[in-house]
Amino acid sequence: MKRIAGLNAPARSDMAVLKPFDVAAHSPDGYIFTRWVAALPWWTPFAVFMTMAIWPSIAYAQSNYSTAQAFDALWRWTPFLLKSGFFFNVLISVLAMTIGTVLGAALGLAQISLLRPVRAGSWFVTQLFRNSPWLVLLFIVLLAFPFEIRLFGGVIRIPDWIKGVIGLSLPVMANISEVVRGAVQSVPTAQWEAAESLAFSRRQILWQIILPQCYKRMLPPWMNWYAILTMATPLCSLLGIEELITLSRQAMESEDNHPELLVPFFGFALVLFFAYCYPIARLTMRLERKFAVKS
Amino acid sequence: MTWTPDQPIVSLKKVHKSFGTLEVLKGVSIDVMKGEVICIIGPSGSGKSTLIRCINALNDIQAGSITVEGQEVHDPDLDMLELRKKVGMVFQQYNLFPHKTALENVMMAPLKVLKQNKAEVEERARALMKKVRLDGKEDSFPGELSGGQQQRVAIARSLAMNPDVMLFDEVTAALDPETVKEVLVTIKDLAAEGMTCILVTHEMGFAREVADHIYFTDRGVIVEHGPPATFFDEASDPRTQEFLGQIL
Repeated sequence: MKRIAGLNAPARSDMAVLKPFDVAAHSPDGYIFTRWVAALPWWTPFAVFMTMAIWPSIAYAQSNYSTAQAFDALWRWTPFLLKSGFFFNVLISVLAMTIGTVLGAALGLAQISLLRPVRAGSWFVTQLFRNSPWLVLLFIVLLAFPFEIRLFGGVIRIPDWIKGVIGLSLPVMANISEVVRGAVQSVPTAQWEAAESLAFSRRQILWQIILPQCYKRMLPPWMNWYAILTMATPLCSLLGIEELITLSRQAMESEDNHPELLVPFFGFALVLFFAYCYPIARLTMRLERKFAVKS
Repeated sequence: MTWTPDQPIVSLKKVHKSFGTLEVLKGVSIDVMKGEVICIIGPSGSGKSTLIRCINALNDIQAGSITVEGQEVHDPDLDMLELRKKVGMVFQQYNLFPHKTALENVMMAPLKVLKQNKAEVEERARALMKKVRLDGKEDSFPGELSGGQQQRVAIARSLAMNPDVMLFDEVTAALDPETVKEVLVTIKDLAAEGMTCILVTHEMGFAREVADHIYFTDRGVIVEHGPPATFFDEASDPRTQEFLGQIL
């Protein structure tokens, strides 16, 4: 097999006749989360929510604060939790995904660079951020970044939620980097050779022949990472960034912290996240199956 | 050194090629004149594919020399793209670009590599599709075509670059028996038009019919060669006789 410089595809054999037809694609394990979510029936969170909602009425029977009152409080807070809370989770996830995708794509391409230092450096950055706990990355960004930047005499304040976006985009970047590298390597090397024999340059081969074949392959893992990222946005509440979980806790405090509030409020958050991620997970698995058959 | 058409268009001299410790080519020499059709035959693993892939520098060599139109192929300063514009190649597994239609496959290299005018390229690509008898299939994607049809698109794609030499690496080996013929007919047409062709093939009848010269390789060396008439009937080396005895 001919080794395409910069691609780390293992040269199992140099004999043309023993050329492997396909280099192993990204590992299927990457879909554990999405596969699990997609496999749930759609009413699961509602069943869990209802079961839990009945439970405190037994446990706190002596208390004079009823479940009905708790749900009444939730009802009153719902518009606020959606508009100022969950909206921010979605916004943070969309922005972090955008930044992570752009940086991750660049990092992934750097991983197949012809220049050894570039390849090694981007590999290291990828592994570093891919294997660090997300919360640690969030803390580092939050504490290390200035809260304001002086620029041209003016002062630009950086709100905490922007730092949350940056912190979350780092692990996304690293994982997208791997998705890109894996997708490029999953295109048979015969495609590189065919293009080389037609006098395409390496840059042209990558951009006009290899990458266009990768977009389809990258879409399901990319969506998988988006779902995982969205589920991770409540981590921001630990940093005091205002999002659904932070505001749910504040709402409960202003309702005198009755323990009966816990299940309805956090259960509501659970249902919201599920309702948002479930269609994404189902679509991801459908696309994954569709593209797997066609390619 | 300038090349003139009375010199070999492709010339291999004592080419050595190894993969690690495995020596696949052990001093192979072949001269091909312009307009000649050369068939390389031999048992599996004898280095035929490796040999043909060295000619357009898909494989490098350890020793010896390969020239195309007088230019040394394995010169580190060689403009690789210039070489590959001159040498077209068709592979066993077709290797069409699956995300492009047949016509786009044919048009892509002239458009992107040679930066030719789109209208002209399209006109030529349609003519090539007709030439390989695939008019009407221009808008089909490779996945919608049979093996034989894909291979003919691959031939048209290579011809679109107007190469001086065409390399065919076991182009019918992956095909169903009933589609082999349509590909061979296409190659025969090309040969009849005076295209210089170097083929690695297992189709002995075809080799006999179209080749000007046949080379038999075994374990990295050329055992015997000659024009088909003498080669097939008067092969003297026992290895050649054994191989031909198994095949014919």
